[in-house]
Amino acid sequence: MSVSDIQPAPNARRPATAGMPKLHMAIFAVLFVLLAVLPLLVYPVFAMKVMCFALFAAAFNLLLGFGGLLSFGHAAYFGGASYVAAHASKVWGLTPELSILVGTLAAALLGLAIGSLAIRRQGIYFAMVTLAFAQMFYFFALQADFTGGEDGIQSVPRGSLFGIFPVDSNEALYYLVLAVTFGGILFLYRIVHSPFGQVLKAIRENEPRAISLGYRVNRYKLMVFVLSAAFAGLAGATKSQVFQLASLTDVHWSMSGEVVLMTLLGGVGTVFGPILGATIVVTMQNYLASMGAWVTVIQGVIFVLGVLLFREGIVGVISKWLKRPL
Amino acid sequence: MFELLGIPPQVLMGQLLLGLINGSFYAVLSLGLAVIFGLLNIINFSHGAQYMLGAFVAWMLLEYLGINYWWALILVPVIVGATGVVLEKLALRRLYHLDHLYGLLLTFGVALIIQGLFRNYYGISGLPYSIPSQLSGGQNLGFMFLPNYRGWVVVASVVVCFGTWFVIEKTRLGAYLRAATENPTLVGAFGINVPLMIMLTYGFGVALAGFAGVLAAPIYSVNPNMGADLIIVVFAVVVIGGMGSIMGAIVTGFGLGVIEGLTKVFYPAGSAVVIFVIMAIVLMIKPEGLFGRNN
Repeated sequence: MSVSDIQPAPNARRPATAGMPKLHMAIFAVLFVLLAVLPLLVYPVFAMKVMCFALFAAAFNLLLGFGGLLSFGHAAYFGGASYVAAHASKVWGLTPELSILVGTLAAALLGLAIGSLAIRRQGIYFAMVTLAFAQMFYFFALQADFTGGEDGIQSVPRGSLFGIFPVDSNEALYYLVLAVTFGGILFLYRIVHSPFGQVLKAIRENEPRAISLGYRVNRYKLMVFVLSAAFAGLAGATKSQVFQLASLTDVHWSMSGEVVLMTLLGGVGTVFGPILGATIVVTMQNYLASMGAWVTVIQGVIFVLGVLLFREGIVGVISKWLKRPL
Repeated sequence: MFELLGIPPQVLMGQLLLGLINGSFYAVLSLGLAVIFGLLNIINFSHGAQYMLGAFVAWMLLEYLGINYWWALILVPVIVGATGVVLEKLALRRLYHLDHLYGLLLTFGVALIIQGLFRNYYGISGLPYSIPSQLSGGQNLGFMFLPNYRGWVVVASVVVCFGTWFVIEKTRLGAYLRAATENPTLVGAFGINVPLMIMLTYGFGVALAGFAGVLAAPIYSVNPNMGADLIIVVFAVVVIGGMGSIMGAIVTGFGLGVIEGLTKVFYPAGSAVVIFVIMAIVLMIKPEGLFGRNN
């Protein structure tokens, strides 16, 4: 048994690359409408935080759920991009969309560097290698000049989108964040359901067979690693614009653990699981913030129970009931 | 006195000693990881938390029960090892038929629980644990001053490491263990209780972490985060050495500690990352690790 076994059975009647199933389309549509009116119901900054983490978890899920690779160092790309985007906005004076783009590219490059080394090992070694490199990046962020050490990069200006539309207000920025994160998640969905995604699944299920079929497995692994790092970076860069801050929290190993938790809780290898998982974890942190270290204990308990009793995650269980992939 | 590249020998020797002490902890901790990995095929992510637990239990024994360092050195590994046995019996055992990554995730969760609990009750400021009176003071070696306790840490680690190596490689019990690593089903067919052996092996690996925690208590302040960052470095050590051999884990642990110490002398800014850089180089030229077996 492997990580792949917690995947719901694929819908056999239609090829997986043939457009979006109606159910998925309906859920995305409902989600979009809900998110469009959400700032009327909750504090926009909180909603934006949830969306950034949903994209982060979805990017992580691309690697674990579809590539079968457990990275324990995704904070490096998330936090690294957040530093670069914050620096680009504050020091270079770039507009928000360019800062986010620069941050994302930086995360992709970092992913390329770390990924090309990490894919030389498999399984738990892969997890340890990614964690160790992320820790190396953490030390870099702690000591480098441009990151501001313990202080981080503070009061990052939000500026104007394309230099025209000011996004200083939370309400205006909200719709930019909605567009970026929702677009990012749809793009990830497209990757998973493309021929490239099918090859990834083949490698995950049986690597020697994929090699014997002539696929250059390591290239696919590296590509999915870079894509996952880039989208994690997109999420981190966007978050730096929301909070106008880039700090060591985002590159710390506990952040790498949190994104694993979100994905595991929602359902590894599902489309909507990471979104739900991120929503639950961020909401929990928000309401339990006054409880200090108990939040860590609760997260640990969720990890343990999740692994022992609940490996499919919430969306995975629902998907089993409905007998449809979600 | 001689000088090397303009570095006074006191500085060089001092850092070498510090490196050797860090190396002692790397060696004992990566040895524990290797022993556990050999039989259970999981990476024990809670190893750092169990090392911290060892230091805290030693502190509690002294603070609440007045039990001194020397008794703690024996009692703590037993207590911490027992918590490991319970963890194996209640949780880890259920995961052996699954992907090994689940063991990693479970033990990561356990680490969060242990660290969170201790942060709640003891804060993060750190608690003092004094050096036992028999080991206070130091020796003047002429070229440097050697604090007795630090010398003791290195000696105790070396003894424990080689004791473990001897048991696993040279005794009958170790032979069973190595056989079960290769083929647990066949060893079970010979009438050996493999599940019991697995449980005790996990307990022993965890006990090693607890032992390292007691050794560390008088040197580093006892605090809930003391294991979290250390364990990531130990993971890098394990990737460099490869977990195929017990001796490999020991040699890599001490060696990398010394290299880290030397880096502090010649290029201080790089000392935090030198082990990760070595890991990158090893991944490029010998991905299975220096002592690793390619499987």
